Amino acid sequence: MLKELKTRIQQGYHTMTYPAGPPPDLPERFSGKPAIDDSICTAGCVLCLESCPAGAIFRETISGKIRIDMGRCIFCRNCEAVCPNSAVRFTRDFKLAACCREDLIIDHTAHKTAAFHETAHKIFGRSLKLRQVSAGGCNACEADTHVLNTLVWDLARFGIQFTASPRHADGLLVTGPVSKNMKTALEKTYHAVPKPKIVIAVGACAISGGIYRDLPEVCNGVSGVIPVDLYVPGCPPHPLTILDALLRFLGKTDR
Amino acid sequence: MIEHDFLSLNNAGCAGMAEIPVVDIHIFRNTVINAVTEGSRILSLFVCPVDRQMRLFAVLGHGGKSRIYIVSSIIGDAYPSLTPACPQAERFEREIAEQWSIRPEGHPWLKPIRFHHFYGGPADVWKHLPADWIPPGVIDGIKVESDEMHEVAVGPVHAGIIEPGHFRFQCHGEHIYHMEICLGYQHRGIEQALVGGPDQRTIGFMETLAGDTSIGHATAGCQMIEALSADNVSARAYALRGIALELERIANHTGDLGALAGDIGYLPVAAGCGRLRGDFLNLTAEICGNRFGRGLVRPGGVAFDLSHKAVTQIVVRLEKTFKQVQSTVSLLWENPSVLARFEETGKITKKLCLDLGLVGPVARAGGVERDSRFEFPTGVYRMAHIPVATCHTGDVMGRAYVRWLEIQRSTAFIRQQLQNLPIAPIRTKTGQLSPNGIAVSVVEGWRGEICHVALTDGQGRFLHYKVVDPSFHNWMGLQMAMRDEQISDFPICNKSFNLSYCGHDL
Repeated sequence: MLKELKTRIQQGYHTMTYPAGPPPDLPERFSGKPAIDDSICTAGCVLCLESCPAGAIFRETISGKIRIDMGRCIFCRNCEAVCPNSAVRFTRDFKLAACCREDLIIDHTAHKTAAFHETAHKIFGRSLKLRQVSAGGCNACEADTHVLNTLVWDLARFGIQFTASPRHADGLLVTGPVSKNMKTALEKTYHAVPKPKIVIAVGACAISGGIYRDLPEVCNGVSGVIPVDLYVPGCPPHPLTILDALLRFLGKTDR
Repeated sequence: MIEHDFLSLNNAGCAGMAEIPVVDIHIFRNTVINAVTEGSRILSLFVCPVDRQMRLFAVLGHGGKSRIYIVSSIIGDAYPSLTPACPQAERFEREIAEQWSIRPEGHPWLKPIRFHHFYGGPADVWKHLPADWIPPGVIDGIKVESDEMHEVAVGPVHAGIIEPGHFRFQCHGEHIYHMEICLGYQHRGIEQALVGGPDQRTIGFMETLAGDTSIGHATAGCQMIEALSADNVSARAYALRGIALELERIANHTGDLGALAGDIGYLPVAAGCGRLRGDFLNLTAEICGNRFGRGLVRPGGVAFDLSHKAVTQIVVRLEKTFKQVQSTVSLLWENPSVLARFEETGKITKKLCLDLGLVGPVARAGGVERDSRFEFPTGVYRMAHIPVATCHTGDVMGRAYVRWLEIQRSTAFIRQQLQNLPIAPIRTKTGQLSPNGIAVSVVEGWRGEICHVALTDGQGRFLHYKVVDPSFHNWMGLQMAMRDEQISDFPICNKSFNLSYCGHDL
């Protein structure tokens, strides 16, 4: 017992103060929200489009301007590397989540994605129990969601917890593109959650199929199977991005 | 073993398809079984249609000789199964039956493994038609029939934040007679999607074969592309890949030790290691911006270099984190109630490890000196050696302790590499893949041996890409470890293996 106490004292207190205090340090090479500068983009250039493994970058049909769909982006930064004019770059902004799928499309404006959900705030603002469903991904989104339970992040201090059964949950947090083999299990889990309920799609796969989009064995994301209330982009999203998503969704921090 | 029966390669070596011996299936069967009896093991066993004929390939590895051997045979819609004489072929043959509807005659356990439609033709060996829905997890499992027995079914959606799988326990009270594992829920069809590559998505697929092994699989994939295109990679890039691979190992092993502690309710270590795992992931993110190392390993080298300042910072942070891991993990070995739960639980014998061809820390904890960094070294491991960590107990304790030994040795390796980083460019341009070739790439990921095999067509595109994640070998080990255990010990046995579902399901 004394040894345990000694180790505990030596290691000190590690739970972050965020959101009251500053966010934890992000790595120097962190890829956050992409930004596009239309004014220096060469018309008709397709370098970034060709470099994108996820088909996340496209030219708007009418204006011909470059747009990035964060719901498909795997944040590999290929587009940034190939652009001769640096018209595409990745900022350090970790606040990526949005309630509306269209909000994830990045244009030349530095618009903020809205993640506040009025009903979720009212009903689950003080206590949100989630069942996590892993539906065909690579386990990285699961791993970085699980990290929120460690004492550094201590998700429970916000009244958000993961339950062992959908019957005890207020909603689902789904990761993965929804493989065909997980479709039924996901539907059944969704129906087992009592109403009112919410669904959070975490990661590019869960939003759009991500890197696996259009493979015959996957369903291209959660929204084709069950309705989604919050989208959290990334491949995988940094734990801070997931935490920010949950907090803004419930109205626990700057909306 | 008669070496001229095989095409012999080095790890990350490449040869022409024409050099692979094609033999009669009975000779093939005897050759493979004899080679395994004499100390080789099956790295990969797969079918690929070549010139409209179904061809069965066996890729064997001999650790002592540090050589990889390949032999092949042309087969019809059935062939005599290797499994009765060579149990390590068990899952490979089920995979072949599922993918190509080819029946291994005499296979004792012929059930689907991933529950998908087969790659061509009217009906598969289980008579599933192309229009049928194949319900995942529905198999003709082993049942122990008795009024006193009960069956416990778990999954695919589990209680924690983990991947989907379906487990069935045949229990008498707490006592487990048998556990059967059904996987396939994570099946995304990556192997098929890789055919025709390499293209823009190839490296992304590699990095997500198993997300927690992004560096391991990406290294195997890049080594493959470099082998087929005869590209040279600089010593600095090799060193950076090695550093990232060992960081991945340390992070996951630390997380596993914490999870084991959590499952026995020993919270000081569970909390400490859970946090420290993140600190190691953050070190990887310092190199490339991503905690899982996405974007770092690229064909021809690595995409990010480390400045002198970054190296110094990483060394300082590594030392600090390692010291904390040391003080936290040492609590485990000094606590009698921890040892009481870990020791003699989920025991597997050395013979079982060898028979089933188990790999990684699981095999090493059973006394098998098996580590591809030592047996089939490539890249930086040809220059710098990490001692193989083994234990002889084969129980949860052994698997935990091997992880701790590996954390220490990998930390020492990273320290040494960071202090002596060679000066060289980090990336070279890769050329075209050689046409009609075959290459094998083996990497020791944190769970064990990762094996990729690729065949190219006349245009130098992937004709076939076979991935074997270490979990593919080891799931059967977990099933065996659970026999005659208590159902309440399943969580720690499972954690002590910590196998990948997505790596298996592909």
